[in-house]
This record gives sequence, C-alpha cells and structure tokens, in this order.
Amino acid sequence: MLFFNHFGRYLLMLKGMFTKPENWRMYWKELMHQCVEIGIGSLGIVVIISVFMGAVSAVQTSYQLVSPLIPLTTIAQIVRDTVILEFAPTVVCIVLAGVVGSKIASELGNMRVSEQIDALEIMGINTKSYLIMPKIMACLITIPLLVILSMGLGIYGGRLAGVATKILSADTYDQGLLLNFVPYNVFFALVKAYTFAFIISTIPSYYGYYVKGGALEIGRSSTKSVVVSCVMILFADYILAALLLGK
Amino acid sequence: MIEFKNLKKAFGDKIVLDDVSHVMETGKANLIIGQSGSGKTVLQKCLVGLFEPDEGEIIYDGVSFTDMNIEQRKELRQQIGMLFQGSALFDSMTVEQNIMFPLDMFTSQGFSDKLARVNEVLKRVNLEGVNKKYPAELSGGMKKRVGIARAIVLNPKYLFCDEPNSGLDPQTSMVIDKLILDITREFNMTTVINTHDMNSVMEMGENIIYLFDGKKEWSGNRKDIIFSKNERLNKFIFASEFLQDAKDMRMLEATGKIANDRNMDDMLK
Repeated sequence: MLFFNHFGRYLLMLKGMFTKPENWRMYWKELMHQCVEIGIGSLGIVVIISVFMGAVSAVQTSYQLVSPLIPLTTIAQIVRDTVILEFAPTVVCIVLAGVVGSKIASELGNMRVSEQIDALEIMGINTKSYLIMPKIMACLITIPLLVILSMGLGIYGGRLAGVATKILSADTYDQGLLLNFVPYNVFFALVKAYTFAFIISTIPSYYGYYVKGGALEIGRSSTKSVVVSCVMILFADYILAALLLGK
Repeated sequence: MIEFKNLKKAFGDKIVLDDVSHVMETGKANLIIGQSGSGKTVLQKCLVGLFEPDEGEIIYDGVSFTDMNIEQRKELRQQIGMLFQGSALFDSMTVEQNIMFPLDMFTSQGFSDKLARVNEVLKRVNLEGVNKKYPAELSGGMKKRVGIARAIVLNPKYLFCDEPNSGLDPQTSMVIDKLILDITREFNMTTVINTHDMNSVMEMGENIIYLFDGKKEWSGNRKDIIFSKNERLNKFIFASEFLQDAKDMRMLEATGKIANDRNMDDMLK
C-alpha cells in the first residue's frame, strides 16, 4: 500500500512539472546552472572511475585468458564490450546516483525544511517546474555525455594498463578494438544512460521535495533516495538487457 | 481586504481550524494570536493557499480565492508578499540576488532598474550596503529585514508575516514591528501577522483575532484587550504577574484613576 502511495505521489510530482514557465529566461539560467553543477561537478569522479575500471578489466581479463590459443586482441575486445555495455552506463550511473542523487535530495530537502520552497510558491512560482524540471533536463543532457566520455576513458585506461604491465602492445590493443565492433552496443548503452539519468534525477527529487522534519530527516531521505535509485538502476538494467539484448 | 468565512481544516481526525470567520482590513496590521498549536499557522497557510481548507471561503477584495484556478492563484500571488519565520532566504544567493529574484521572475526591467529598486527597498528597511552579503553572514534581525525587503519589492497588496519576532531580542523585535506597521500604512497593504509576542500585540494590534483550540475565541484591538473579560485571552496575553500588573496600570490609566503622564521619579521620592 505504501509503495502505491509513494508511486502515486511520484507520478503526480512529474505531472505537476508540466506547466508554462513563468519566465523562460530564468528557467534557462537554472538549467544551465544545473548542467554545470551536475555535469562539470561530476566530471572528476567519472574520469577517475572510468580510467581505473578499464585498466582493471584489462589486467583481470588477461589474468583469466591463460590459453595461448586465444589471441591477445581478445583482451581489447572484452574490455571494449564490457566497458560499453556495462561499466560505463551502469557503474558510472550507480556512482552518479550517489554523487548527484544525494546532492539533489539534500538541496531540495533543505529548501523544503527552511521554507524556501514555500517562499517560491507564495511568489506564484510552480516549484515543481522551476526546481525539479531543470534538474531532470540537466541529468538527461549531461549524464549520457558523461557515459560517452566514460566509454572512451575506460577503453583508454585498458590500453594504458595493458601497455604498462606489458600484457600487450598498444598496436595489438588498437587492432583488437576494431575487431567485431557492434555499433548497436553503443545505442544500447545510450538507452541505458538516458533511463538511468531519469531515475537518478527524479527519485532523489521526489525524496527531497516531499521531506518533512529537520536535518535528520534530510539526511535520511538523502540516503533513502540513493538506495532506491541504485536498486531501480539495477532493476532497469536487467529489464533493458532482457528487452534489448535477449534472444 | 481579506475575508474568510467558516474555515475548517482537519489533518486526519485532528480538527485544526473549526468554523473560523473574520475580516482582515486594508491599511491595518491584522494579528492572528494564540498558543502554540492553536491553528494560527494553519490559518495563515490556508489564506495564502499553501493549505487547502476542507470547508469555507477565502475572499481577496471581493474575489473568491477558493474558486480560483491555478493560473488565477498564481496571478494573485504576485500581489502577495510573505515574511517567513526563518526568513526563508535563498542560501546560495546574495542579499541583492534574493531581493532581485521576484523582479527577475516577473518583470522585464533591465538590470539597472532592478538594482535601483533593490537599493530602494533595502533603504526602506534601513539596510544599506549589504547587497553582496550572503544570508549566512547576516544577523537574525538583518535576515528579517531582507525578508521584508524581498516581500515588498513587487509592491504587494497583501503582506503576510509568520512570527516576525521569533528569535529576536525585544529591541530588535520592536524595530521589526515598527517597520512592518510603517510599511503597511505607507503602501496601504492588508497585513496579516501571526504572532504570540505580547509586545507586538500591544504595540500594533489594530485588528486581532485570538484562536483557541482551532476556534475563534475573541476578536478586537489592543485597547479592547485591556478591558477584555475573556479568561482564556487574559491568561494567554497577561501570563505573568508582571504583565498582569502592567494590565492593571493600563486600566487605571485608561479610566483616569492615575495620570498617564505621571513622573515616576517624583512619585518614588
């Protein structure tokens, strides 16, 4: 019963966002601000995670491929496909659910508790539209870009680690990258990125917007929003894989 | 003028407002007073539309607020200013940006015009030279004044103040009270103040409604309070022996039993 209550309010929140903005210029300004906060703000962590993810998967793949019959180019192929299909969209989005999600939930929660949202409502501003919509749009714009960047950096990280540990040469790695490349995998990764971006922005917005109480409740709702977002990402990951990759 | 008729509001089984009616007059400081939990905040939130009353009607200058659609309410709200208990200033914005925000959102003025208006209202609340400060750098009284400046920047017809003196020392409270009263008269606004500060009640209560347990228990002005026989009101307003003595003195003054221009130094010699 509680689930339906939350889900109903979540849908009403999304519906409430779609009204004509009071001032397009202010909404645009807020969207740009959120793009910087979410996109540029998460750039550092995405770069670090992606490079190391690719590097570790190159080293671990070579460790498992003990047969001399398997060509070394396979390592590059495996790193490429793992990074594109799973690591870049899913792992990066789970990390972003923590980084961006907690930020969104605590920002909105603090605004709610300190009556800043009420102040905006009194001014005649649709707070769902002004506060939540730009965050969702910013996530939908920047997170797929971060995922694309992560794909590139992950693959490059694998190359760096492969060469540094003398598992394979740079030429062999580059050769492997071009073998049996399936562009559909990139499309699949982007579908996942957009879906996860929606989850990362809307669930924390819901928990932050409807928070009641004080500082303790803001912390709790922030944690809850991250946990629920991560579970939903994993659930959506499975559904999308079954729908788009299932035979 | 804001009129509300037979307002009822309940949260679950708990009735918070029970058949409350009153008229808030233009150009006056209209006070809602009552103990904590008596329903004054809920009444104020119903009046501004943050809560929807279960029954009853709210009328702004002859137009029913209750019957308005979302767009009409949004339009009316541009004529409403509100000072919140905790000031509700936007933390990430400077004082100037906070006050300019309603102008940015609802006017097409150029930056220099908006800045001139911001400086004008800051001057009006006696708070010049703080444009670039952030709310965290301001004292409680200064935050309240910035809150008032933001509330009046669009020249509203209605001003709502939720506990404007909470957390302030008596002297600063009086400054804020005087400011609200002066602004109300200067701009001929309908000001609704939610308070349980007795100094405020006695200093600016021109039209007072006393709520007890969600019901309207008494209404009148600050002079009426002195002579009121309502036991609950007297217990609430003159809670201490000191305040009771002060009330007795005022009654003696008002009935001419003692002179109100008496010289205390002479009397104590």
